Amino acid sequence: MKIPLSYTLRNLWMRRLTTLLTAGGMALVVFVFATVLMLEEGLRKTLVETGSYDNVVVIRRSAQTEVQSAIDRPQAALIESQPEVAVGADGERMVSKETVVLVNLNKRDSGKPTNVMVRGVAPRGLTLRPQAKIIAGRMFSPGASEIVAGRNAAERFKGAGIGETLWFGQREWRVVGTFDAGKSGFDSEIWGDSDQLMQAFRRPVYSALLIKLDDPASFNAVKARLESDQRLTVEAKRETMFYADQSEMLAGFIRYLGLTLSIIFSVGAVIGAMITMYASVASRTAEIGTLRALGFRQGSVMAAFMFEAILLGFVGGCGGLFLASFMQFFTISTMNWQSFSELAFSFSLTPGIAAKTLAFALVMGLVGGFLPAMQAARLPIIDALRAA
Amino acid sequence: MNQIAQPVVEIRNLAKSYRRGDQIVPVLTNITFDIAAGDYVALMGPSGSGKSTLLNLIAGIDKPDSGILRVGGIDITALGEAELANWRSRNVGFIFQFYNLMPVLTAFENVELPLLLTDLPARERADHVNAALSMVGLSDRMEHFPSELSGGQQQRVAIARAIITDPTILVADEPTGDLDRVAAEDVLKMLDQLNRELGKTIIMVTHDPHSAAKARTVQHLDKGELRQA
Amino acid sequence: MHYFKLILRNAMRHKLRTGLTVLGIVVAILAFGLLRTVVDAWYHGSDAASKTRLITRNSISLVFSMPLTYSSKIRQIEGVKAVSHANWFGGVYVTEKNFFPQFAVQASTYFDLYPEYLVPPDQMRDFQRDRKAALVGRKLVDAYGFKVGDQVSLRGTIFPGTWEFVVRGIYDGSEKITDTSQFFFHWDYLNETMKKTASRRANSVGVYVISLASADRAAEVAAAVDREFKNSLAETLTETERAFQLGFVSMTEAIVVAIKIVSFLVIFIIMAVMANTMAMTVRERMAEYATLKALGFGPGHLAILIFGESLAIAGFGSALGIALTFPAADKFSMAMGTLFPVFYVNSETLIMQISAGLLVGFVAALLPCVRAANIRIVDGLRSVG
Repeated sequence: MKIPLSYTLRNLWMRRLTTLLTAGGMALVVFVFATVLMLEEGLRKTLVETGSYDNVVVIRRSAQTEVQSAIDRPQAALIESQPEVAVGADGERMVSKETVVLVNLNKRDSGKPTNVMVRGVAPRGLTLRPQAKIIAGRMFSPGASEIVAGRNAAERFKGAGIGETLWFGQREWRVVGTFDAGKSGFDSEIWGDSDQLMQAFRRPVYSALLIKLDDPASFNAVKARLESDQRLTVEAKRETMFYADQSEMLAGFIRYLGLTLSIIFSVGAVIGAMITMYASVASRTAEIGTLRALGFRQGSVMAAFMFEAILLGFVGGCGGLFLASFMQFFTISTMNWQSFSELAFSFSLTPGIAAKTLAFALVMGLVGGFLPAMQAARLPIIDALRAA
Repeated sequence: MNQIAQPVVEIRNLAKSYRRGDQIVPVLTNITFDIAAGDYVALMGPSGSGKSTLLNLIAGIDKPDSGILRVGGIDITALGEAELANWRSRNVGFIFQFYNLMPVLTAFENVELPLLLTDLPARERADHVNAALSMVGLSDRMEHFPSELSGGQQQRVAIARAIITDPTILVADEPTGDLDRVAAEDVLKMLDQLNRELGKTIIMVTHDPHSAAKARTVQHLDKGELRQA
Repeated sequence: MHYFKLILRNAMRHKLRTGLTVLGIVVAILAFGLLRTVVDAWYHGSDAASKTRLITRNSISLVFSMPLTYSSKIRQIEGVKAVSHANWFGGVYVTEKNFFPQFAVQASTYFDLYPEYLVPPDQMRDFQRDRKAALVGRKLVDAYGFKVGDQVSLRGTIFPGTWEFVVRGIYDGSEKITDTSQFFFHWDYLNETMKKTASRRANSVGVYVISLASADRAAEVAAAVDREFKNSLAETLTETERAFQLGFVSMTEAIVVAIKIVSFLVIFIIMAVMANTMAMTVRERMAEYATLKALGFGPGHLAILIFGESLAIAGFGSALGIALTFPAADKFSMAMGTLFPVFYVNSETLIMQISAGLLVGFVAALLPCVRAANIRIVDGLRSVG
């Protein structure tokens, strides 16, 4: 019943230039489509990794970000004393009272200034973020003007490498180590001793508190108690949610822009496929007539041309995906509008994205091939034969 | 001479016209004749006489306006699009003026094409194709593409394709029209052989009296009507 | 003239194919124009910046403030004509999605430094008189329907609480690139409230705006300001308004670069589509070109025919695409609300669109042209059958 696949394959091969141009156009569209998905996924991964599910961030109500938040000492003490807070091996409560500020640093490559998040953490704050590990040098010593930089920060900003120094808050800060926080947002931050940073910036208040829960399920109870306490004006969020919320705008922008572009571009590629397929039908009119005379049904002819179009899409899809896979070597660094600070993330290719991308390419071929294939199937046999 | 058997094609009062713009042009008017099984009919006539249209109707790739057309006892005017396609694949072998081979398929694959419409397994298909190609003397050209074959060779591949399903009728539209004299002679000899030795019923459209002379019966068409020669 | 007729007739031979190609070019040129306009919108803040204004901020970063006392010290520096100050408020209007910039400004001086904000005199008088007054831009009026006399409440993110304002005036921009998506209110209102609720944060200023006597003294004055506050608790960084705005752009540069790359990709895509159309067209007409050659036409004549057809199709599609860019940009700007304060298609974009269209037409014809020119008459004629 079927027209052999080799017929389709060889026809594509015979018109190599056209096949290549059409598939090439599709490949570029697929590349854009895949890249956007990879970027969104990379951003999502970065922010998901940033938080832990059993950690809770407490900030001043409506402050939205740690930088804009302020929590004074009496409030901090009250939050720290909640019964759900986990207790460490040393008998201390697992709470990190942190101060977070933005500092202008210059990029190494362009020299242009950008906002970098500087986080003052309690020594205990490190045990709350087990994903962060020192990969070079050592941790800062409490009480000293020492800082450690995240992997991305050390690479990108002047003065943030080991042995270098940064000047802010009327002090010189020595970079004594680099840490890797597992591709999370912390990789773009600089950490120092909370008390030292507060002194330098003359800030009597903390920015935010990070608490670790004994039991992650007790989150709702803690949240309700903290937010209804008359002495406090705070809100509590799971750390995972907190960071996901922070990138909502950026992720939304990438998704919206990417989707719009993909749709517009795919119109171009579908038109390309359509032109090619119409020409393919036109130049093979006599062949189609012969096939039909031999007894092949309209459906078989339609299927053969649809298959040809889908194959075009497949070639374009593979090409585009191949190109896009190289994007994994790149890291994008941009300001997160909500936190106002620099955030680095990479393109991430997952099997799901690859499947989506290929499906997108096949659909483009399908849409582009439908009308021409229909035309091929509906050619009157005698007229088609006469075209010889 | 062989015994003329039952009619394989019965044509009664067949009429066909085409629209050209807002004009209706009659092509065939009131055609009635039979073709017996094992006959070799040449349809002759000047350009525009309707001979090709008549052939197309018999081959089931065109539909008449009125009249009866039975091939092998089946009224093919009553068949739907899909049934007709199915019927053609089993009952009609085509030979065209310009061979109409698929340029991207080899000689072997071209001949095999109609067998893909049957449920014959690949091994048996290959046997059939080999036999057909050796009958037309092209066993050594099986893997060649049409562009690598001469006109005469291409037409022989087309003949092999036409007989591969052992159809009820063979229809040939100017089969020698595009060939030089030697190749044309070759093709006519082959058709003659198919008729005499294998008893194939052949209907051939031609305007060449030399070709027509090879047929057993000659039907003349003029202005859409049959004229006894 | 004969060529022209032949080219047009050839282009119209495959109406469907030509139509599809034109449609593709329209979409591509339109997308290209919109993307370039988005990129331009990114830079409009710095384009609109005045050369005679400096911005002074805390050198650590914008989130740190400076004491109010700096005001009088800056005023005394030579070359400074006037000083005003402002704080970024960062409030939320109803929901987080409604983003627009809000500034607490020193009402008595700020608008003298920004002559590009046009306010009717009576509205300005009302604004100055009312401590809780707000002055809003035309674009905000369009987006949120604010009217003079409306009550507007903002939820503070940096300054806690809910803040109530009354719209007393609406400003227009004197230039096309003037940002009219801002919301201004009295710095004094902010400061008095902070004195009551968080005295530690009172009398602090986010940025000082300095008006210069003459633009060529910018570098000198900026250096003098920063020297004045060297080794103080709040060291300053002074730069021209333009540099200050470009600083923001550079922070999101990755996005701008990505959009730029993508805008060129769309041209490549359509180039492939168009080249394909021309390749197919020429392949189908080989016999005709061979005939023309047999009649005595040279390769140059064929080139005119092929380039002419390609450029005609690309040119027509580009013209349509450019024409559509304007309404599309308006729609897009409307849909984006105040995200892009200034959004319009500039002449540079038009020139780029035209060049891209012609380039596509030219490149698409290259290879087919070479093929047609090289065809041997005998081979070409044979391909008739």
